[in-house]
Amino acid sequence: MDWGSALQGLLGGVLIGASASWLMAALGRVAGISGIVSGLLFDRPTGDTAWRLTFLLGLVSGPVLLLLLGEGGNVAGQPDAVVGPPVGGAGLMLAAGALVGFGTGIGSGCTSGHGVCGLSRLSVRSLMATVTFLVAGMVTVYVSRHLMGVGA
Amino acid sequence: MNLKALMGYLAGLLFGLGLAVSGMTDPARVIGFLDIAGAWDPTLAFVMGGAVVTTFVGFRLAWHRGDPLFGDVFHIPTRRDLDGRLIGGAALFGIGWGLSGYCPGPAVASIAGLSWPLAAMLLAMVGGWFLARRWS
Repeated sequence: MDWGSALQGLLGGVLIGASASWLMAALGRVAGISGIVSGLLFDRPTGDTAWRLTFLLGLVSGPVLLLLLGEGGNVAGQPDAVVGPPVGGAGLMLAAGALVGFGTGIGSGCTSGHGVCGLSRLSVRSLMATVTFLVAGMVTVYVSRHLMGVGA
Repeated sequence: MNLKALMGYLAGLLFGLGLAVSGMTDPARVIGFLDIAGAWDPTLAFVMGGAVVTTFVGFRLAWHRGDPLFGDVFHIPTRRDLDGRLIGGAALFGIGWGLSGYCPGPAVASIAGLSWPLAAMLLAMVGGWFLARRWS
């Protein structure tokens, strides 16, 4: 096992946890990216839109800051890179994006809302959602990479 | 500039830094974690572990105060029921996640390295959110 990558993962995870804790302590909000961004785009609740927009700007500027500082991220096999390349073309990503958007839309959350925040609240709904998307992701990778040879 | 917006920016910045430092802005790492029959990459487990333990403690410290520093009340999801939308939605999300290696956070945070496939991913994701709202 690559302990350097694991340690960076742990450090990054603590930063994500600090972010979620801060959003709860400061604004009383759950740090669920799908909910924050889709709410910003489609609901725009009064008095509750500015922080979603600035959260989104902050989210984008995190990796930009690392790039400006000349620091690498934790991209597999590319120590100087911060953002890794997509694993497929635009066609595959259109399909994947539609599934991710629709799925997190009707399932009320993604890896951050259900995974990080929901598990931390000991929510059974979020635990069930997290187990479901993890298993679905694993089955999808197995079928696409090992049985069909897509995107390998 | 209102304070709520500034606090939101700080939270977003920390989140984006966390995703970048941990390598979750690399779809290959995410797929490496989901690929249990291949060269398994445990990084995502460390990210989730670090994030959940930190958030578990942080949430309780936040709630202990009684109300948020710059907001009215804590907005905590109240639903307890398990339904087809929750499980079906999570399953569809997992399929898209496994195909691309992107969940919403990393997809948005990766805009610093924008490419045509990532643009397609983001556009379709927004379209998916729109459809999900229409469908409900």
